[in-house]
Amino acid sequence: MPAVTETRETVEKLAKSSYEWGFETDIEMDIAPKGLNEETVRLISERKGEPQWMLDWRLKAFRAWLEMEEPTWAHIHHPPIDYQDAHYFAQPKKKPGPKSLDEVDPELLKTYAKLGIPLHEQALLAGVEGAEERLPVAVDAVFDSVSVATTFRKTLAEAGVIFCPISDAIREHPELVQKYLGTVVPVADNFFAALNSAVFTDGSFVYIPEGVRCPMELSTYFRINARNTGQFERTLIIAEDRATVSYLEGCTAPQRDENQLHAAVVELVAMEDASIKYSTVQNWYPGDDEGRGGIYNFVTKRGICRGARSKISWTQVETGSAITWKYPSCVLAGEGSVGEFYSVAVTNNHQQADTGTKMIHLAPNTRSTIIAKTISAGHSDSTYRGLVRMQPKARNARNFTQCDSLLIGDQCGAHTVPYIESRNMTARVEHEATTSKISEDQLFYCRSRGLSEEDAVGLIVNGFCREVLKELPMEFAVEAQKLLQISLEGSVG
Amino acid sequence: MTQNAAPALEAFVARAAGHGAALAETGLPTRRVEAWRYTPLRSIADTAWQKPAPLTAETTTALLDRLVLPETGARVVYGNGQFMDALSALPEVVRQASENVSPLKGLFSATLNTALGERGLDVRVPAGTDAGLLTLVSLSDGQDVSTHLQHRIVLEDGASLTLYDISTGEGRYIANPRFDIVVGKGATLRHVKVQRESLTGTHLAIVSADVAEKGEYDSFTLNQGSGLARHEAVVTLGAPHAMAHVNGVQIVDGQRLNDLTSMIHHAAPDGSSRQTVKTVLSDAGQGVFQGKILVDRVAQKTDGYQMNQALLLSEKAQINSKPELEIYADDVKCSHGATVGALDDEQLFYLRSRGIAEADARDMLVRAFLIDALDLVSDEGLRDLLLRSMTS
Amino acid sequence: MSDFLKIQGLQARIDADGTPKDILKGLDLEVPKGEIHAIMGPNGSGKSTLSYVLAGRDDYEVTGGSATFKGQDLLALEPEERAALGLFLAFQSPVELPGVNNANFLRTAVNAVRRARGEAELDAVAFLKAVRAETKHLSMSDDMLKRAVNVGFSGGEKKRNEVLQMRLLQPSFAILDETDSGLDIDALRIVAEGVNSLRSPDFSALVITHHQRLLDYIVPDRVHVMAHGRIIHSGGPDIAKTLEKQGYTQFLEAAA
Repeated sequence: MPAVTETRETVEKLAKSSYEWGFETDIEMDIAPKGLNEETVRLISERKGEPQWMLDWRLKAFRAWLEMEEPTWAHIHHPPIDYQDAHYFAQPKKKPGPKSLDEVDPELLKTYAKLGIPLHEQALLAGVEGAEERLPVAVDAVFDSVSVATTFRKTLAEAGVIFCPISDAIREHPELVQKYLGTVVPVADNFFAALNSAVFTDGSFVYIPEGVRCPMELSTYFRINARNTGQFERTLIIAEDRATVSYLEGCTAPQRDENQLHAAVVELVAMEDASIKYSTVQNWYPGDDEGRGGIYNFVTKRGICRGARSKISWTQVETGSAITWKYPSCVLAGEGSVGEFYSVAVTNNHQQADTGTKMIHLAPNTRSTIIAKTISAGHSDSTYRGLVRMQPKARNARNFTQCDSLLIGDQCGAHTVPYIESRNMTARVEHEATTSKISEDQLFYCRSRGLSEEDAVGLIVNGFCREVLKELPMEFAVEAQKLLQISLEGSVG
Repeated sequence: MTQNAAPALEAFVARAAGHGAALAETGLPTRRVEAWRYTPLRSIADTAWQKPAPLTAETTTALLDRLVLPETGARVVYGNGQFMDALSALPEVVRQASENVSPLKGLFSATLNTALGERGLDVRVPAGTDAGLLTLVSLSDGQDVSTHLQHRIVLEDGASLTLYDISTGEGRYIANPRFDIVVGKGATLRHVKVQRESLTGTHLAIVSADVAEKGEYDSFTLNQGSGLARHEAVVTLGAPHAMAHVNGVQIVDGQRLNDLTSMIHHAAPDGSSRQTVKTVLSDAGQGVFQGKILVDRVAQKTDGYQMNQALLLSEKAQINSKPELEIYADDVKCSHGATVGALDDEQLFYLRSRGIAEADARDMLVRAFLIDALDLVSDEGLRDLLLRSMTS
Repeated sequence: MSDFLKIQGLQARIDADGTPKDILKGLDLEVPKGEIHAIMGPNGSGKSTLSYVLAGRDDYEVTGGSATFKGQDLLALEPEERAALGLFLAFQSPVELPGVNNANFLRTAVNAVRRARGEAELDAVAFLKAVRAETKHLSMSDDMLKRAVNVGFSGGEKKRNEVLQMRLLQPSFAILDETDSGLDIDALRIVAEGVNSLRSPDFSALVITHHQRLLDYIVPDRVHVMAHGRIIHSGGPDIAKTLEKQGYTQFLEAAA
């Protein structure tokens, strides 16, 4: 029997890893009735204490959504989603948005402890003296669509950085929100973005003023907890001229029997010489071995390099969700601006992922790089879908794309669907894609040096993803490596 | 999604008499249909395309005169969809094929052809026989007319045939040929195609090739004419060790749009496929390449390689390319590469510094760009014909 | 004839990612007919730029000064016109031309130049005879003629191919850009023999190098020291030896 088959069988006998983060937090929730109509939208806006312009904006989005059809082009399959059978608002029953960390429900703190957020903000949340100096990561925690705690707001404010829940920003910085919200992802951009625009309940807002290098990493943890809730967070990050920021996003959800919908929108705006680095480790509950109960993750992420020489870099490690539909994109409108997309997508069991990016080159001398690594195991299906478009004004623009797929086991699928469109003769596009499996030679070599097959696969997979993982901030990289290994447990072959 | 009210569709369905149901249902694809996103059929939608009158002897001679044709082998000529007996002779060894071929579902060019099909070439090469070279000439002439030839080519086990498939015409017409090809065990079909339709013509070709064990479908398509042309090939490697080559060159200038679309379906283990497609675009030419490699779960040890490259020679030229891998087997070696760009300045300078005038240097580099696709044509005689055709 | 190649106050810049960078800053140089001159200088002094500007690469913008060759305004000519006039640049690392057959390339170039000089074109047989004679002399295999230009050529093969072109095109002025060719003695020897074989009262050359070693094989009539986009010192072949021992410091200081 070949080594690979043998190992696969051995490993399959081993206890399959259950979702480590699949606990449920017992907190009293304030939940809106199920269903989605104009009243739901008005209720959300009212509960958030929003101004009239925000309500009008939401209603416009809702009316657009009613006219739209769910997209069907992605390589994913799921039973029809009943948009009326979900709650669109759920928040912990306490004061709306705790003003200090002491007010945070102890159960919530326990949740974060269980999340194993590697950033030690436990100490901070518990109010330990001097924690701020030791921990240069500011965290905004979003719990069932509501931001419950944002740390370091004071330190950041001294640097002129605004980092707060977007619901606070709507009240406290309406001029900034009004100026930028929906400018990158318009309300009617696509079905899920329109839905989000109508019913989003919270998310993070980041504003880096001119010339400011954000003094610490900013981080948001998203968690879906309540049953039958959709999570629709909205993130807006603005970097003014010569501003720099690195933003991390982590996601988890408890184990459920029913699939839950997550439809976030992220908008990034980079002005002249500004730089935004957006990293995601997405570990939503993927469902059980049969695919039951996972998160449907339908996300619209887009950044615009509006200023000359600005840069937007997306890095993502996607190991969770039952279904992922996500294309973090860059619109390169500023001359000499740079877009990057580094992605690792791992699917196992019955997971499905259709993810990739769009690089829209509008201006001269723009550059983009796409490195996408796809790993499929079990009965899963993973698709890279990407668009590189060189518009007529994109003189001397460049793109390089590399897509590599790794299949583990013979019941999974890996697909590559690049779209290359060029309307400028001086623009150059290079695309390469490969599909392969872990070779028996590689495995044998590692095992002959004393590694277990599991470890050998972990090592090889991490090597396969190295180009992407090295783009992650250090703390995330460690977590991501661990996640990769866990996601692939029980799939070696 | 479709243009069901289009005069073209009404006329086609009326002409199809009882066979137009599928066509009426599908309609003319718009750009919202994924397979046609880069190739709009607007230009044919508003015309009620009719069956053409037979080709006159005079026109036939004039059209034949512009083609570069092999001097050896057998030749068959179709004019406006009709077999031209006086100009045609089949290789002696071939028989009638008369197989029924399964319809290609969901592909517009095939649906249209199925509805309006006219009997075309129908040949069977007996087992173990080399039928040599067969030239198939398709001529069109007329205004607002369309032809829909159905060709069937069956190669029995160990048989071989080289098909030189060339089409041209004059006027405003649609040529919508279809090739149903069966390549038997260990058989080889070399299919070299040259598309030189009129600038006001539309060419919508569909090839379906089923390849048996150790059989080989080795094709090369030169798209160098027609206002709008799509050559679409669906090759199924249905038995072990089958092989496909789906190569091509597109030379697109003026306001033309040329499209090469292919699907190579690995449905059995140990198959291999090779694809090199090069597109050169000048003026406001538009090029489209869509190439999919589909590998079924059973198709272990598949070896698939695809390369498509486009050279843009003018500010208004445009390329849309969609190479695609859909893979369900783990023990495979599949890769594709794509590049888009202009001529290399450094290479151009090198040639000029050796005294070669700029225009000549450009020609040399364009030819060099095309040569590795052209070199894949194994028949030396046909390769020379192609070179002559490309430069004429 | 003193104004064979004459460069006066030459200034040139390159576009470096959107910002122009001045490289040649008023360079003066004369190479009379029949002489071989060498230019030496540290990295970044503009030596390669000079060779590209003389051969007509359009990445460089000439912002001032003049260069004449045989009394003609060199800078106004296209690269191929300069070649026809007798200028030949031997590239330090010649570009690869995938798909361009070497023999076909050579014949096209030879006949283009012959045509421009009013000479009769060579037919296939005559050309092949001429090439065979040269390849034999250069110990090149016929195989190299069948391959694509410079594709997969070793360093030595590329040099041989450059010299082959030089011998076939029969230039009256050769520029050898050997700026960074390092210590590959074989490669240097091939180039040197190629140049020496063309030595005559009607042939001049400009050898660009920063190794004195090449000048052991091609003994120059004059040596120029280049720095910061200018010639800062000129003298006899002995300068090269001084440079090898003591470096550029003394010349740089003297010029400062």
